[in-house]
Amino acid sequence: MIDLQKICRSFMVGDQRVSALQDIDLHIAAGDYVSIMGPSGSGKSTLLNLIGLLDRPSSGIYKLDGGDVTALDDAQQARVRSEKIGFVFQSFHLVPRLTAAMNIELPMILAGVPPAERKQRVADLVANYGLEDRADHRPDQLSGGQRQRVAIARATSMHPAVLLADEPTGNLDQTTGKEVIDLLEVLLEQKVTLIMVTHDPALGARAQRQLHMVDGRMTDE
Amino acid sequence: MRFIDVMHFASGSLRGSRSRTLLMILAMSIGVAAVVVLTGLGEGARRYVVNQFSSLGTNLVIVLPGRTETAGVGPGMLLGQIPRELSLDDAQELLRSRAIARIAPLTIGSSQLSQGALNREVVVLGSTAELLPVRHMKMAQGQFLPAGDIHDSASVCVLGSKIKTELFGKNQAVGEWVRLGERRFRVIGVMASQGESMGFNTDEIVTIPVASAHMLFNTSGLFRILIEAKSRDTIEAAKRDAEAIIVRRHHGEQDVTVITQDAVLATFDRILSALTFAVGGIAAISLSVAGILIMNVMLIAVSQRVKEIGLLKALGAPALQIRALFFAEAVLLSTIGCIVGLVIGEAGVLLIAKLYPSLPVVAPWWAVLAAIGTSLGTGISFSVWPARRAARLDPVTALAGR
Repeated sequence: MIDLQKICRSFMVGDQRVSALQDIDLHIAAGDYVSIMGPSGSGKSTLLNLIGLLDRPSSGIYKLDGGDVTALDDAQQARVRSEKIGFVFQSFHLVPRLTAAMNIELPMILAGVPPAERKQRVADLVANYGLEDRADHRPDQLSGGQRQRVAIARATSMHPAVLLADEPTGNLDQTTGKEVIDLLEVLLEQKVTLIMVTHDPALGARAQRQLHMVDGRMTDE
Repeated sequence: MRFIDVMHFASGSLRGSRSRTLLMILAMSIGVAAVVVLTGLGEGARRYVVNQFSSLGTNLVIVLPGRTETAGVGPGMLLGQIPRELSLDDAQELLRSRAIARIAPLTIGSSQLSQGALNREVVVLGSTAELLPVRHMKMAQGQFLPAGDIHDSASVCVLGSKIKTELFGKNQAVGEWVRLGERRFRVIGVMASQGESMGFNTDEIVTIPVASAHMLFNTSGLFRILIEAKSRDTIEAAKRDAEAIIVRRHHGEQDVTVITQDAVLATFDRILSALTFAVGGIAAISLSVAGILIMNVMLIAVSQRVKEIGLLKALGAPALQIRALFFAEAVLLSTIGCIVGLVIGEAGVLLIAKLYPSLPVVAPWWAVLAAIGTSLGTGISFSVWPARRAARLDPVTALAGR
C-alpha cells in the first residue's frame, strides 16, 4: 500500500541545512494500524505530511498503491489526497463559519460530488458519529470531543484508504481522547489503513505496529 | 467542484466577515455611483444647451450685417457703422432660393411704452408674421402680426406675457391701444410665456411689423434675418444661397456674415461631450481606487485565512480551485458593489432631476456600461494576485498557521 524507499527531507534554516528525515525505508500494508512515536522534533509529523502528500521528499521514492506519487504534479497530488487520504489534526481544523454538517460536507463539495449524494452521506455520517442534535452548530458551539468527531466524519466522508491522524487526542482530556481513539479503531474494520502520530506511549501501544523515531531516523519497531 | 458550490462557498466566506464585505461594497458602489451621477450631470448640461438651441427654431440660418472673421462683435458694430445695411428687399429676395422655406427679418430697438398712466421702457422687435413659426413661439391670446406686404407699416402690436400683466393686469388686453414713442398701436395678441431662451427674454418684448419699427426708430436696416431651411439637409445649401444672393445685391461685396445654428450647436455639443468624458474619467479613477482597496482587503483575507487554505489543500483542493474560490469572492463583491452603485447613482440622478427640473440629467448608456466594466474589471483584475498568493501557499506551513 505505502512504500517509502530511502526518503530524505531537509530544510534550510538560515544558511544551514537541517535534516528532518534521513533514509527512511518503510512499508505499510493495506488495513495496517501503525503508530509513530518519538520526542518532538524527531520528524514524525514531517513523515506523516510526506505520506499525506502535503510535503515532498528531498530525495527518495514514495509509492502509493504501487504508483510513484513523488513524480505527480500539484493538481494530481491534490486528486490523490482527495480520493485516498483522510486527515485528522490535533487542533481539529474545522472552518469556523461553517456548521458541523457543512464541515463534514466540505471534502465532497471540493471533489464535486452531486448534492443529493452529498446530503445522504452527510446524514449517514452525522448519525454514525452521534452528532444529530449538533449538526447545525458551528464549531465554537461544540465541545472538543464533538469537534474531533466532526473532523473524523469529515476525514472519512470520501471513503479514504489511508487515514492520517496527527496527535488526534492532543487537545482532549483522557476520557474523550479514548472515545476518539475508539472511533478511529472502528474504521480498521472497514479495511482503512490507520497511521497515527502520538507521543503518548499508552496510545501508541494499541497499534499492531509501533514505529519509533529519533532525530529523523527510524530506530526500531 | 461545481460552479454553484464555488459561488456558494465564496458568498459564505463573504458573509463570514460582514463588516469587511460591507465596507468593500460601499467603496465600490460609491465609485460606480460617482461615475453615473457625474456623467449624468455632464450629459444633462449638454442636453440643456441642445434644447435651448432647438427652442430657437429648427434648421436655422442667420444673416448678420457686416463681415466678422471671428464670432465676436466687429468694430463697426460698436461704432454704429455698418458697411452696408441689410434691407427689407434683401430679405425678400432670399425667398428665391429653393432651399429656404421661410424668412423672418428682425429689427430691434428700445422705446417708451405707455398705456394710460403706466409706462415703461421696452425692447421692441420689428418682424413679420413668419417670425412665429420660425422661432417656434406660441400665442396666448389673439393673433400674431398679420401676413401681407412686408413694407406695410400697420399700427398693431403683440405684447410679451409679462408686459401684458404689467400694463393690463387681469384685464383684456387684445383690442386696447398702447403708445410706443409717438405712435399709437392696437394690441392684437399676447405671447404665451416662454421664459428665457439663450439670454433673450421673450416675455418682456413688444413685437410690431418690421416697417413700423423702421418708422419708429427712423432706420431702414435690419438687425438680423432669420432663415429657416426646408430641411436639415438643405441647411448648407440655404447658407450658400443666402450668401450668394446678398453678395449679388450688394454689388459683389461680401459684407454679411451667415452662420448656421447647427455649427454653433455642434461646437457646444463637442465641448460639453468632452466635459462629460473628463468628469466620467475622474470618477473612474475613484473606481480604480476601490479596486486597489479590494486587492488590499483580499490580501488581508488571505493571510487571515491561511489555516483554512491549508485545510482546503489537505482535503484535496488543487491550487486552481483555491484560486477560483478567492476569485469568485472578488467577482461577487464587485458585482454586488456595482449593482448597489448603479441603484445609488440612478437614485441620485432622479433626485437631481427632481430638484432641478429644467436640467435633463440622464446618465448616458456608455457611462453606465463603462462604470460596470471598470468596477468588474478592477475588482477582478486586482484579485488575481491575492488569489494566486492563496493558491501558492505551502499546505504544511499554512496548516500550522504560519
